[in-house]
Amino acid sequence: MATYSLNINGTSYEVDVAQGTSLLWVLREHLGLTGTKYSCGIAQCGSCTIHLDGNPVRACVLQVDNVANGQKIKTIEGLSEKGDHPLQQAWIEAQAPQCGYCQSGQIMQAAALLEKNPNPSREEIKSHMNGVLCRCGTYLRILEAIEMAKEQTTTTS
Amino acid sequence: MKNISKKTIAPVGRRQFLKSSGGAALFIGVSGLLPNLISCTDAKGMQGQLAKHDVTAWVRITEDGQITIYNPAAEMGQGSMTALPVIFAEEMDADWSKVNVEFSPQESDIYGSPGWQPGTKLMFTVGSRTTNSYYTVMRKAGAQARYVLLHTAATHWKVPIEELTKGSSTIIHEKSGQKISYGDLVAYLTMPETLPDFNDGGLKDPKDFKLIGSQIPRTEIPQKVDGSAQFAIDLRLPDMVYGVLERGALHGAKPTLNNESDILAMDGVLKVVPFDYAIGIVAGTLEAALAAKKALDISWSDAQASGFNSQEIYDVYAQMASAPEKGNTVNEVGDVGQAFRMAAKTYEADFKNDYVYHAQMEPLNAVVQVAADGQSAEVWVGSQQGADTKLGIPDLLGIPHEAVNVHLQYLGGGFGRRSMNDFVLECGRLAQEMAPKPVKLIWTREDDVRYGAFRPLTLQRLKVSTDAQGNLSGFSHCVVGDGGNLVAGGTRNDYYAIPNQWVEWREASHGVRLKHWRSVGHGPNKFAIEAMLDEVAHDQNMDPVAFRRKLMADSPRALATLEKVAEISDWEAPLPEGRAKGVAFVEHGSLGTGVCEISVDRNTGKINVHHFWIALDAGVVVQPDNVKAQMEGGIIMGISSVLKEQITLVDGQVQQSNYDSYPLLRMQEVPDSIETVIIPSAEHPEGVGETATPMVAGAIANAFLKLTGKRLRHLPFTPDRVLEVLKG
Repeated sequence: MATYSLNINGTSYEVDVAQGTSLLWVLREHLGLTGTKYSCGIAQCGSCTIHLDGNPVRACVLQVDNVANGQKIKTIEGLSEKGDHPLQQAWIEAQAPQCGYCQSGQIMQAAALLEKNPNPSREEIKSHMNGVLCRCGTYLRILEAIEMAKEQTTTTS
Repeated sequence: MKNISKKTIAPVGRRQFLKSSGGAALFIGVSGLLPNLISCTDAKGMQGQLAKHDVTAWVRITEDGQITIYNPAAEMGQGSMTALPVIFAEEMDADWSKVNVEFSPQESDIYGSPGWQPGTKLMFTVGSRTTNSYYTVMRKAGAQARYVLLHTAATHWKVPIEELTKGSSTIIHEKSGQKISYGDLVAYLTMPETLPDFNDGGLKDPKDFKLIGSQIPRTEIPQKVDGSAQFAIDLRLPDMVYGVLERGALHGAKPTLNNESDILAMDGVLKVVPFDYAIGIVAGTLEAALAAKKALDISWSDAQASGFNSQEIYDVYAQMASAPEKGNTVNEVGDVGQAFRMAAKTYEADFKNDYVYHAQMEPLNAVVQVAADGQSAEVWVGSQQGADTKLGIPDLLGIPHEAVNVHLQYLGGGFGRRSMNDFVLECGRLAQEMAPKPVKLIWTREDDVRYGAFRPLTLQRLKVSTDAQGNLSGFSHCVVGDGGNLVAGGTRNDYYAIPNQWVEWREASHGVRLKHWRSVGHGPNKFAIEAMLDEVAHDQNMDPVAFRRKLMADSPRALATLEKVAEISDWEAPLPEGRAKGVAFVEHGSLGTGVCEISVDRNTGKINVHHFWIALDAGVVVQPDNVKAQMEGGIIMGISSVLKEQITLVDGQVQQSNYDSYPLLRMQEVPDSIETVIIPSAEHPEGVGETATPMVAGAIANAFLKLTGKRLRHLPFTPDRVLEVLKG
C-alpha cells in the first residue's frame, strides 16, 4: 500500500491503495466518484473517459502512480457546478441518453473537443467521438447535442 | 422543467416507505378492493389498514401540491420512469410540472401488471411490455385518484360530485365560483364508500389527452448527464467487500482450483468460494479481488460444449433440415404440401445467423447483504426481473419471500440479459459467506462476454411456392437450432396473405448458454422471411414494395406502414450510382416497415448504411419522442449486430472476450439520418422496443440484392462474407 495525493475537480484527495491500482477503481470505489463508469477495462469503450490536464483519457488504463504528481484530473462530477455545462444542457435538450451508462464518458469526450475546437465540423465530431461506445444506439442524438452546444458556445463567445 | 427527486431509489421496504412519507397517501386498489386514505403520520392507523387490506399506493400528494407517482417498471433506457407516470397523471389531471417520479417498491401483488396467466400479476420488464401491459392499469389507477379528489371536493363544499369540473391539479365548482388545488384538498381528503373500477368506461377519450402524446422530457435524463444516476455498480455501503468469479470460457465446465492456499495468502483476499462452474473470490478491495482472479490456477473439466465448433455446425444443421422426420410444429395454415405440388414455381434457400452477445454497457453486477442471522437479505440490482422471484435469493438462502428486499437500480442496458438472475444468485452466495458484510459482485467485461448467454445460432430453410399468377401460395419455414422459443419466435406471417404456411423447429443442443436478445427470434427469422420475399420479387421482376402491397391487402394497419415508409423514403426516386434501397416489414406488437439506403465498398466488402426510414403503428403513443428514440436505438443496434457482431466457439471455448474482439458499431459508422413517422392511432399501445432491430437485416440484404444482384444469407454481413458473396 502507498499513499497518493490526487488533484480531482480542484480538490486534493489522499488515497491509500496498492501500487499500480487503476485510477478508475480509485475514483469509483475509493473516492465514490461513481459518475465515471467501468465497462471494458482495456480502453476500448470510453465509458470511463475523464480529463487529465485537459486531455480526454481512459481512467481504466491509468495507474494511480502516474497521475499523482499534480496532474489535474476532471471527472463528470467536476464538469460543471450544477450540471449545466452547455453540453449537459444540450444533452437534455436532445434527450440523448437511454440507459445512460455511457453518457458521462460521452460528455467528457465531447467537452474536451469543444475546449480545443469550439466549432468542429460534423466529421471532426464523429472522428473525435469514435472511441466512445453506446449500446443503446444514441449516437445521432449525441451528435445533435454536440452540434447544439457548439452553436451555443460559438454564438455566446 | 421539473424536479426529479434525487431519492429516486429509496432503499426501504413498503412499510417503512409508507411510514416515512410526508403528507397523505392515497391507497388505491386497482383490483377493486376498498380504497383507503390514511395520514402518513398515523402509523397505527396505517398498520391497521395494511393488516386489513391488500392495498396499493400509486401516488402521494402533499399540501404544497407536489405529486409523487410510483413507477413499477425497470428503467433501462426505454423511458418507463416517464411513460407510466404520464399515463397515470393524464387520468388524474395532475399538473405535470408538480410531478415527481420514484420507483415503486418491488411487490408484484400490488404493483404488477397482468401476468401471462389470467388473474396473475407480474413485475417483469421484458418483451417490450412496459407501456403495453401497464397502460390500462395506470389509467384506471389515475382515474381512481381523480375520483377520490372529486369526492373530497364534493364533500368539502357539500355539492353534488356531478357539478364539479377539473383543471390541471385543480377542481372547480362553477355554480358557486369555488376552486381548489389538489394540494389544498389534502387537508380535507376523504374516501368515498365505493370507488368506480373504471372497467366499463369513465376513462378519458384519447382525443382529450393532454399529456399522452405530447413532448414531455424524460424525468431521469438530468441525472444521466451529471453522473448522479445510480446504477447498482455505483453502490457503496459501509464494510462492503468485493466479489469476483472466474468462470472460464467453456460453458458448464467444472473447475478444480490448484492453488487455493496461494490465493488465500494474497493481500486483501478474504475468502475463496467454489461454485459448480466457477471459483469465487471475496476481497477487501476490487483491485485485490481482480488480482487474485488473475492468479487463479484452475483445471477445467470437459462439458457438453466440448468439441463444439460453431462455424462448422451449419453443415449438420443443413442435414437436419433435410431429414424426413418433421420437427415441432410452430404454425400451420392451410396445406403447404398441396401448395408445393400445385406450384408454378418453387424457391428454396438456407439462411444462417451466428451467435450474438448482449454487450450492455454496464457489466453484470449486484450488491447483496445477508443479515448476521441469515434470515433476511437486501439486494441492490438493475434487473428486468422483479419482485415475483426476488431474483431467487429467498430459495438460495432458505428464507421467506418477504425477508428479501429488492432495491431496483437503473439498468445500464438490459436487452434481455438482465432478465436472468445468474449474477444475483452468485452475489447472494458470496454474501451468505460474508454475512453480515455487504458484497458487491462485479463481472469483468471478459466475464460478461465469455460467460454470456447468447442469441442462438440457427439455420433456417425456407421453401416458397408461387402459383400461375405469381402469387405466393406456400411458405415453409424450418428453423434448426438450440433454444425453443428463442429461435422459433417471429416466424408467423399473420399480416401477409399467404394461404398455406408451415413453420417447424428442429432441435439441436450444444450446452452453450442462451437467452433472449432484443427482439429474440424475430431478428434471424424476419431476416430470412423478408430476404426470401425479395428473392422471389426479384425473380419475378416485381418491385419489393409493390410485392408486399399485394401481400398486405387484407392488413390495412400493416399496409399503411408500408405506404407511409415508401412515401417518406421517396422509394421510387432514382438514386446516385452505387446506392440502393431495401425494405423490410416487422410485427413485434407494434407494426413497422423500414427502408434503408446503402452502398458497398467492393474492395473491402464494407457495407455502409446511409439512411433509414421507418413508419410505425404502435397504437396510442404515450411519448412520441421517446418512441422515435427507441426506433433510432433499435436500428443502430440492428446495424451493429447485422454488420459486425459474432460470437464463435472453437472446441466449446468462446473466442471473444471484450470490445476489441467483439466490436460494436461506432459513431463514424452510423447512418446520416434515421427518420421515424408514427401513424396516428387510438388503439391500445403496443411495444416499440423490439420492432426496429429485426428490420435491419432484411432491409440491408434486400438493398444489397438490388445493388449487386447477389444474396446475403448469413448474419453477420462482415466484409469477408460480403467479398465472398460478391465473388460468387
